[in-house]
Amino acid sequence: MEHYTMSLTLKVWKQQNSQDKGRFETYQVKDISSEMSFLEMFDVLNEQLIREGKDPIAFDHDCREGICGTCSMYIDGRPHGPWHANTTCQLHMRAYKDGDTIVVEPWRANAFPVIKDLVVDRSAFDRIIQAGGYISVNTGNAVDANALPVDKDKADASFAAAACIGCGACVAACKNSSALLFVGAKVSHLALLPQGDPERKNRVLNMVAQMDREGFGACTATGACEAVCPKEISLSNISRLNKEYLAAGLEK
Amino acid sequence: MKWSDFFTSSVGKKFVMGLTGLFLISFLIIHVGVNACMFADLSIFNPADDGTMFNIAAHFMGSMVVIRLLEYVLFLGIILHIVQGYVLEAKNRGSRSVGYDVKMGNRGSKWYSRSMGLLGTLILLFLVIHLAHFWVKARFTESLEPVSYRGVEMHNMFKEMLIVFKEPLVVVIYVLGCISLAYHLAHGFQSAFRSIGVHNKKYNLMLTSLGYGFTIIVTLLFILMPIAVYFDWVGYHN
Repeated sequence: MEHYTMSLTLKVWKQQNSQDKGRFETYQVKDISSEMSFLEMFDVLNEQLIREGKDPIAFDHDCREGICGTCSMYIDGRPHGPWHANTTCQLHMRAYKDGDTIVVEPWRANAFPVIKDLVVDRSAFDRIIQAGGYISVNTGNAVDANALPVDKDKADASFAAAACIGCGACVAACKNSSALLFVGAKVSHLALLPQGDPERKNRVLNMVAQMDREGFGACTATGACEAVCPKEISLSNISRLNKEYLAAGLEK
Repeated sequence: MKWSDFFTSSVGKKFVMGLTGLFLISFLIIHVGVNACMFADLSIFNPADDGTMFNIAAHFMGSMVVIRLLEYVLFLGIILHIVQGYVLEAKNRGSRSVGYDVKMGNRGSKWYSRSMGLLGTLILLFLVIHLAHFWVKARFTESLEPVSYRGVEMHNMFKEMLIVFKEPLVVVIYVLGCISLAYHLAHGFQSAFRSIGVHNKKYNLMLTSLGYGFTIIVTLLFILMPIAVYFDWVGYHN
């Protein structure tokens, strides 16, 4: 695709801290290259704001390779912007044309309180993982990798679930702010493997209990989470979680 | 895990919603089946039926002990589904205090899957009207005319239906009620299976197709009932 530059109007959420009410600010950016990433465009804007002595926009980012799950912008009514199976850092400005107006908001959920501007506190996800998203491994000599036979289909399904980067786009997209796609992916990832078997029942019960404590809503299976997931985590992981929860809840 | 913890968790609540939903779906099959007996009077079948098959089927439903007992279970299921539905709706709405400026809308989800609370409320309103029209009259008042078949006296529900569905406004309310039910089922049927943990890839397509098929057939049959009466496709011909 041929390179081009563009001028854009950005309507960005500004909020000093979690107590501040927050508001939209409008910014103009010029000479944005179509080769830039969305976050690089924000870097350009922030440098401009710093030069003007204004407060730059706070936003989360880390790897900028689409694998860490840190970036979290809700762009024009869609988490991570208009592209399918994509993170904000991998969204490129060729998705836009000269003169476009882009509205950028933070993830909205009570369980993800805004820290500043577009940065939200996603430590609720960490606490859900701490509640059960782990396996116990004995110390000593490493076991031969092939010692445990794993069904190929299950290994593939587990791997697909493990692709979840915990960015929270599912929560941001869900009308109920439900975290069930995230929790479903984490539960499925370990429930499908023999290594995850010892803690299997407690895991699902504890992770769901923690999820409820964090204030996420319940799943109504609208499918919005699956549609925006940058890693294409399947809704079937939610069904699997429900099955795991039922089995564990009836037994334990 | 205590039972109370199971049923008060978000996943447990959805399990109850799914289970009661499927129970109500099974009731719809019986309801539509019994009511479809009125179509025996259509000219392509037996115009001399004059509601005989419908009245006998309705009498069977009203007089059989097992079915009368199941009626209590049905009301319990309906109440549980409604109360749990509103509890979940309130919790879900309360989980996002500050909304988005630009809504995601239909990008990624169907409008009716996001409107189950609203559709359920419309069905509830319709249900109140519907029960007042037929069930309350049949069970608690003596206002229905009797009719006798082979010496057995019973309510003439067919005649009552002919009276009720002659009102154009009632026909419109019933059609709208059934359309609300259709969209509620279009999402609810498959979602119920998901909530009770059915996730086998092999059955997903089958369940989805079954859900849409069930929704279309059941709703069309229900909608055709007031329409058939209003346009005199069924009625007394002698």
